[in-house]
Amino acid sequence: MISLNNIRKTYLVGNEEVHALDGVSLSIEEHEFVAIIGSSGSGKSTLMNIIGCLDVADEGEYLIDGQNINSLSEKQLGKMRNQKIGFIFQQFNLIAKLDAYENVELPLIYQGVGARERRERVLEALEKVGLSGRIHHRPNQLSGGQQQRVAVARALVTRPTLILADEPTGNLDSKSSHDIMALIHELHGQGNTIVLITHDNDLAAEASRQIRLLDGKILSDSGKGAMSGSGKETLSDNGKGAMSGNQIETGEEAAE
Amino acid sequence: MKFRQELKMALSSVKANKMRSFLTMLGIIIGVMAVTLLVSLVQGATNTITEELSGLGGSNLSCMVEKTTPRITLKEVQALEQEPEIGLVSVYSSGQGVAKAAGNQENVTILAVSQNYLQLNRLTVEKGRCLTDVESEYRLSNCIIGAGVAFNLFGTKDVLNETIRLNGKDFTVVGILEEEGSAALNTNDLKVFLPFETGQRLLGMNGVQTFDASASDEDSVAKAEQTLNNFLRGKVGEDNYEVFNMGSLLDMISTVYNVLGYLLGGIGGISLLVGGVGIMNIMLVSVTERTREIGIRKAIGAQKSDIIVQFLIESVVLSLLGGFIGLLLSGGILGIINAFVKDYHFAITLQVAMVAVGFSVGVGILFGIYPANKAAKLKPIDALRFE
Repeated sequence: MISLNNIRKTYLVGNEEVHALDGVSLSIEEHEFVAIIGSSGSGKSTLMNIIGCLDVADEGEYLIDGQNINSLSEKQLGKMRNQKIGFIFQQFNLIAKLDAYENVELPLIYQGVGARERRERVLEALEKVGLSGRIHHRPNQLSGGQQQRVAVARALVTRPTLILADEPTGNLDSKSSHDIMALIHELHGQGNTIVLITHDNDLAAEASRQIRLLDGKILSDSGKGAMSGSGKETLSDNGKGAMSGNQIETGEEAAE
Repeated sequence: MKFRQELKMALSSVKANKMRSFLTMLGIIIGVMAVTLLVSLVQGATNTITEELSGLGGSNLSCMVEKTTPRITLKEVQALEQEPEIGLVSVYSSGQGVAKAAGNQENVTILAVSQNYLQLNRLTVEKGRCLTDVESEYRLSNCIIGAGVAFNLFGTKDVLNETIRLNGKDFTVVGILEEEGSAALNTNDLKVFLPFETGQRLLGMNGVQTFDASASDEDSVAKAEQTLNNFLRGKVGEDNYEVFNMGSLLDMISTVYNVLGYLLGGIGGISLLVGGVGIMNIMLVSVTERTREIGIRKAIGAQKSDIIVQFLIESVVLSLLGGFIGLLLSGGILGIINAFVKDYHFAITLQVAMVAVGFSVGVGILFGIYPANKAAKLKPIDALRFE
């Protein structure tokens, strides 16, 4: 469903080239719940930006539902983000002057969905995240957990191919974090494909598949990738699986 | 549908920053007020003055003879009506007098006029009839009086066929003119009109010294003027007469006022432009302030065009609102001026209102494009990272 093949992205910092992504290949199937784990500087943000069509790779091939993203224009990228990707950000990223309803409605407006259908879908999404009672509250009238729920509703209202959650619990207390993760699990249970980006191993452990990044390369890819046997993931060390978890953790600590 | 949402958002953003929006609009408000007020004042003055002047004898040619010898007779002048390019000719002489009746008296202007005078000067007899050249020939003591004379001498009484005494001679009133009101530049309300020869005798005058003529149509005014010149030159010789073309005088006055209107409108336009710069300034601040919002919008699928439209609508809403407020204020101010200045009437014409509002929309678009484009060009990842 989405597949990355030998993705490279290089930034120029001063006069020095930094390889944020150095030949990353992976593929994610429908209904998967994948965690991408890495410390800061590992390239996970860059990977997220590329998966989320916010940025394009310098090299390599990225396909969503069989469509090559690298060749798309800015306009088509916008359309991709709108229709195929649902974002959940660490900072919630709701628009402050719009209420919950309007925030969730926005991607549908950009999609050009008709008023009646829009209303139905917005209310449905808000009900799914348990906010039916607060649809006309503005972000500053909602708690952090509730704001993130609005963001989740906004992500799923377009029925995206992929829900991309970037440290979704990073700004939340433990109870709200738990609620949001429960919600994400519920969405996964309902058949959504989820990519969770985090530095937190405990959080990542909740996903059914973990991909670890280090210095722009895939360090390990557990479970599904190996099982599906898609031969492309040659760079990752599939064999280690869960057993090597401790070892990698130590490795990560060393990197930090 | 998308547009309606954008409009709603723009309005709520204007509402959210009331003070700032107002201050931004102030430039446009003042600009539109300057344009509409100045142009409307000039237009009002032009209309009033040209109306007055055309009331005095719109497209007439006025002739004055400065020599009483050789004498020009009524018949000779009226013969000019036979020329194809000349329409009507009316002869008149004027003097002052005292009218007495029913124990009242009134200072009046006495006009000795030929038959066509009333028609040529667009005067309407409200009651009774006009004077004829036959009455002039037989020197009958009939007269037509202005509404003011009638009221001041007789009050509200019906004055038709009453007798008034003018400079010691009695005259029968055969007609009363429609009231013009004091606003008119040269009111006919306090005049008494006599048949030409009757009046000449009363005023102690000989021969024709002043007369008006109209051209048979608009195109033959120049030719008619030429004919009159030829006639008078033949009679009294060069330098002893003058022919005024009221039409060209009118044209000149309205040209002057038009230029004045454009000039003042242009000055107002400059303040409108300055207001536009204010809008651009605020929109640029707004774009920076909302960089993150723009990033979010782009991340969830807003296209460049969506962002441009959003910011353009906002700047147009600001300028349009300012335009309307400015228009309303100008209307109010003109209303107040109208209440105090009786003789003139000032109003904002539809044309001026449309130009002013059109201009403010134009200013909104012109000065909104740069900030909107700047916003739309932001890259979503950069905008999202912006704190």
